[in-house]
Amino acid sequence: MKANSPVERLYNGIVKENPTFVMMIGMCPTLAVTTSASNGVGMGLTTTAILVASNMMISMLRKMIPDSVRMPAYIGVVASFVTIVEFLLKAYLPDLYSALGIYIPLIVVNCIILGRAEAYAGKNPVLPSLFDGIGMGLGFTVGLFSIGAVRELIGAGEILGFRILPASYEPVTIFIMAPGAFFVLALLVALQNKVRNAAGNKKKTASSSCGSSGCGGCGNTACSGKNQ
Amino acid sequence: MSDLLHVSSSPHVRSKIKTDTIMFMVLIALLPSACMGIYLFGIPALTIIVISIAACVLTEYIYEFLMHKPITISDGSAMVTGLLLAMNLPATVPWWVPLIGGVFAILIVKQLFGGLGQNFMNPALAARCFLLISFPARMTDFSVGDGTASRIVDTVSGATPLAELRAGGSYDLLSMFLGNTKGTIGETSAVLLLLGGIFLVVIKVIDLRIPLTYLGTFTVFYLVFGSFDLGDVAAQLCGGGIMLGAWFMATDYVTRPITKKGQYVYGVILGLMTGIFRMFGGSPEGVSFAIIFTNLLVPVIERLTLPNAFGIVKRKGGKAS
Repeated sequence: MKANSPVERLYNGIVKENPTFVMMIGMCPTLAVTTSASNGVGMGLTTTAILVASNMMISMLRKMIPDSVRMPAYIGVVASFVTIVEFLLKAYLPDLYSALGIYIPLIVVNCIILGRAEAYAGKNPVLPSLFDGIGMGLGFTVGLFSIGAVRELIGAGEILGFRILPASYEPVTIFIMAPGAFFVLALLVALQNKVRNAAGNKKKTASSSCGSSGCGGCGNTACSGKNQ
Repeated sequence: MSDLLHVSSSPHVRSKIKTDTIMFMVLIALLPSACMGIYLFGIPALTIIVISIAACVLTEYIYEFLMHKPITISDGSAMVTGLLLAMNLPATVPWWVPLIGGVFAILIVKQLFGGLGQNFMNPALAARCFLLISFPARMTDFSVGDGTASRIVDTVSGATPLAELRAGGSYDLLSMFLGNTKGTIGETSAVLLLLGGIFLVVIKVIDLRIPLTYLGTFTVFYLVFGSFDLGDVAAQLCGGGIMLGAWFMATDYVTRPITKKGQYVYGVILGLMTGIFRMFGGSPEGVSFAIIFTNLLVPVIERLTLPNAFGIVKRKGGKAS
């Protein structure tokens, strides 16, 4: 795959550098709102919308923002989009709005959004940044959905509100409370590490960690800036 | 003799006491109370004990087999965890509750953190709290079935003596002391637990530091903030899980502080936490939450109570020189 091509960006965000399971960032909403699969998807898609918009905007402004004040500038951009999305949710999806609560305004300080702005959108053209946002957002959504689905399945016997387990199943309610989030996150990370390592052992040829995605994608801001 | 002396690097003289010796001594000490539970609550209690121990031992075996680690089920620690967990459950729970509890205790709390000696929390108590949060109704259902009700005729139906005491009702101190009352499988008889604890002290598996500071602090706390009534205090000490907790769970080698001063501090914090939970908390019992909470403080307690190495003089207000 060509570096910075749309497909490569999507693959990078959803699989290779999945924000939830690989980079382990944005943990606050990940642990807090995934009490059900639908809350997870809601949070994931809300974040995706903001991430795509902020990535595009920051990428467009990247030549204008002075390096020394880039952080306040990024936060200003992100906060504007969060406010817009918050009002939209309040108006059109009040149920989701009340379920996510305080975690919508907290998207402003979500590591994923600022991280992508800093590591990618601030250094790359608009189109790759757009797809980077979509890929990372979908990766986040996939992570939140899988955590939410497992928690909802064990903690309530349902997925997305549909009854999966028989009515005689007694829900283990701790899984929809705070400790359950940690249990499920740890087990899913362990599981996907196992799968990833098994796959990695098969093709040992791809040894260079930065090679396939280009320096812009590796998140190491110390070296990627010099590549421009 | 040849077992005692090794031609190798130090230590040259080794104790004959091994983990399995200690664990089997704890099992023996727990046996009277467990038998009392089976006598009181009948076959369901026996089934729960068997399932819980089997779940713990099998989980340990399967995990270690799959992870290609040395199999350690013969050291008895999983059996102790299973027995302690069963003794912390009411006899009315269905068969899958001890099963889930046993798997959780061994897999999540013990093995994922590195096995025996590495767990930061008492596995049996962590599993009990897990079950208590997940199935609150089942875990506090102390009603007993038809076949065994005749053996505990002289207790009030519905609540444990501790709940009665909290509600301001009457209690029968003698039956609470002997164990002829309601509660979880292993916590009813204060005298048998005390006997087991003293047995462990006599054979030097545990010492009196933690149990006495724990029970003492709790007594003082109750006299100050609860009621200044010796009968009530005695009932608080005999009722609920405080005896089981103080003698068998707070003294767990892995999760207690290793320093002597630290063990006193640990006992005091346990007593305070139990008093706070029992007097101001939402439920009449709080021993298990008090112990696992204090388990989390153990690294801090150990760091603050580290003794000076021999020969090192502490300077005034400064670091050891």
